[in-house]
Amino acid sequence: MNKFHIKKDYYGGALMILIGLSAVFASIQYKLGTLSHMGPGFFPCAVGSLLALTGLLIAISAGEEKPNPGPSLGHPTGMPDIRGGVCIILSILAFIGCGRYLGLLPATFAVVFISALGDRQNTVKQALVISAIMMVIAAGVFWYALQLQMPLFKWDF
Amino acid sequence: MSGALHDLWYGFGIAFQGTNLKWSFFGVLVGNLIGVLPGMGALSAISMLLPLTYVMHPVPAILMLAGIFYGSQYGGAIGAILLNLPSHPPHAVTCLDGYPMTKAGKGGTALGITMICSFFAASVGILVMIFASPLLTEIAFKFGPAEIFSIMLLGLIAGSTMSRGSPLKGVAMTLFGLLCGIVGTDVNTGSFRFSFGVTELSDGLELVSLAMGLFGVADFLLNVNRMKAITVNTKMRIRDMRPSMAELKEAFWPMVRGTAVGTVFGAMPGTGPTITTFVAYALERKISKTPEKFGTGMIAGVASPEASSHSKTQVDFIPTMSLGIPGDAVMALILGALLIQGIQPGPQLITEHPDIFWGLIASFWIGNVILMILNVPLIGIWVKLLAVPYRYLFPSAMFFIAVGVFTTKNSLFEMWEVLAFGVIGTLFMVLDFSVAPILLGLVLGPMVEENFRRALLLSRGDMTIFLQRPISATFVGISTLLLIGVTWSAWRGKQRAKLLPPIVPESAAQS
Repeated sequence: MNKFHIKKDYYGGALMILIGLSAVFASIQYKLGTLSHMGPGFFPCAVGSLLALTGLLIAISAGEEKPNPGPSLGHPTGMPDIRGGVCIILSILAFIGCGRYLGLLPATFAVVFISALGDRQNTVKQALVISAIMMVIAAGVFWYALQLQMPLFKWDF
Repeated sequence: MSGALHDLWYGFGIAFQGTNLKWSFFGVLVGNLIGVLPGMGALSAISMLLPLTYVMHPVPAILMLAGIFYGSQYGGAIGAILLNLPSHPPHAVTCLDGYPMTKAGKGGTALGITMICSFFAASVGILVMIFASPLLTEIAFKFGPAEIFSIMLLGLIAGSTMSRGSPLKGVAMTLFGLLCGIVGTDVNTGSFRFSFGVTELSDGLELVSLAMGLFGVADFLLNVNRMKAITVNTKMRIRDMRPSMAELKEAFWPMVRGTAVGTVFGAMPGTGPTITTFVAYALERKISKTPEKFGTGMIAGVASPEASSHSKTQVDFIPTMSLGIPGDAVMALILGALLIQGIQPGPQLITEHPDIFWGLIASFWIGNVILMILNVPLIGIWVKLLAVPYRYLFPSAMFFIAVGVFTTKNSLFEMWEVLAFGVIGTLFMVLDFSVAPILLGLVLGPMVEENFRRALLLSRGDMTIFLQRPISATFVGISTLLLIGVTWSAWRGKQRAKLLPPIVPESAAQS
């Protein structure tokens, strides 16, 4: 576990350096200005360099034995499950697509049904039932009562 | 003094108005409900219901959001005590002694104690807020851009170093949040920055989408098929919830101490809720005559952390409302909600919008009473809710996120942001980063930049302006001390770790 932990800090530090440097690179394309008259690029450039520096420090301290960092992070830190992850991402994409072209009810069905299939214990029937319940809520609460600005059905290609 | 009481009376008048009372009740109920659900905390609850407030009047909107906040906090304790399931990280320490009490058949007592402690602590927090806010406001009127920048700097540093996990990573996440806050139109020159040619980004990243991505979708991505199924066989009766006189006596001083810890931590900008409850628990164990009994169902181990989390919740509102500087991620969301309503929190808030400020304070009290009354009969329902499997829960939550985000601007573009930040948040969390500081950075980012630029414009580019003005110099000094302190304790911890490698890991609370 320890080895993986150290590796994680290397990757984490490297990622921060990457983000920081790209922010610096992007901000020097805007006007930097001087301290008394800062241009739009000054602040992002400063924050970006600080982030890169912090990333460097994270990566440097990664090699050393780390003491217990106090209170737990409160979230699982393992890799996400492939099927679950893919289904959740697909469900968001499906919501965007159906919401754009087909309307609220198809979009609701898409997001709930596809993400429900991401759980390995859900059967197709159970997924259908949850989607049906959510479609009722979508129509009753959001469309009718809260007047959501999306038609229930549309055909807009 | 009598002025404050008079204003408070006015506040009660506001809070008891039909619509306000209704939305406050709704907020408390929904917050409590969502807080009980596994894996959902105040952050996800508030971000899911935030879009609802766009069409509301500001007063009921803010009363509802505050109700969600403390309601969900109370709900979180139920899962921790009855099921050893910290649905929200601050309650992780409550599990340590609360769950053993449940196993010993005293779960009801633990809940009863929690309820009493929460109410006591919240009341103290509210009192502090009533009397401290006007004082703070008077000082705050003397603040110029230099002071505001320094205090925000302190808040950001405290928020990143004292939250969960490694301080360096916290700093990195805060900086990342600041970068996210830069996206959009530059206020001073009007030019688009970091918008990658996407016109929808000219208003900046949407707070709600970011929060939903980081605390909703990212959480689902990590937990799907990883969350263990739980079985509930706890039977609860209302009679069980009444603690005996001896138990109340045992809980009294821990409750007072926990409240004090929470008040101090709440007043400090940037200190997260988790660190507060951990400090309260550690303090109890340190001064207890029987420290070895902790973890086996000590009442003090439940009373103190729960009291601290509730007094902190109330006191947290002081810097948010009177300075406009949010203490943690939840406060950042509430501040964002006020900004969306066109209300700028800060020293002027109390005079310009007394209805919001005093109504909010009065509604805290009313809300906490509602919470007490509500939880006695509903406890059976909460216990059943705890058993709702995650596999039904997250697809439904996905729908609420999607619709909620759509309503923020009636456009689907924001869903792309949710997707992006869901993936980014997952990546960060897999790499052991804590994502809450991002939200703090995002909300504070534009304000930090504006005040930094304005201060340096006034001083003609002289960086020592931040040290020349006494109030500002104090904040810079505290920030420096904090940074030195964190570095030193990290270094000392490392030395100690070299001497005696495996210390008892606190991660027992993780499960």
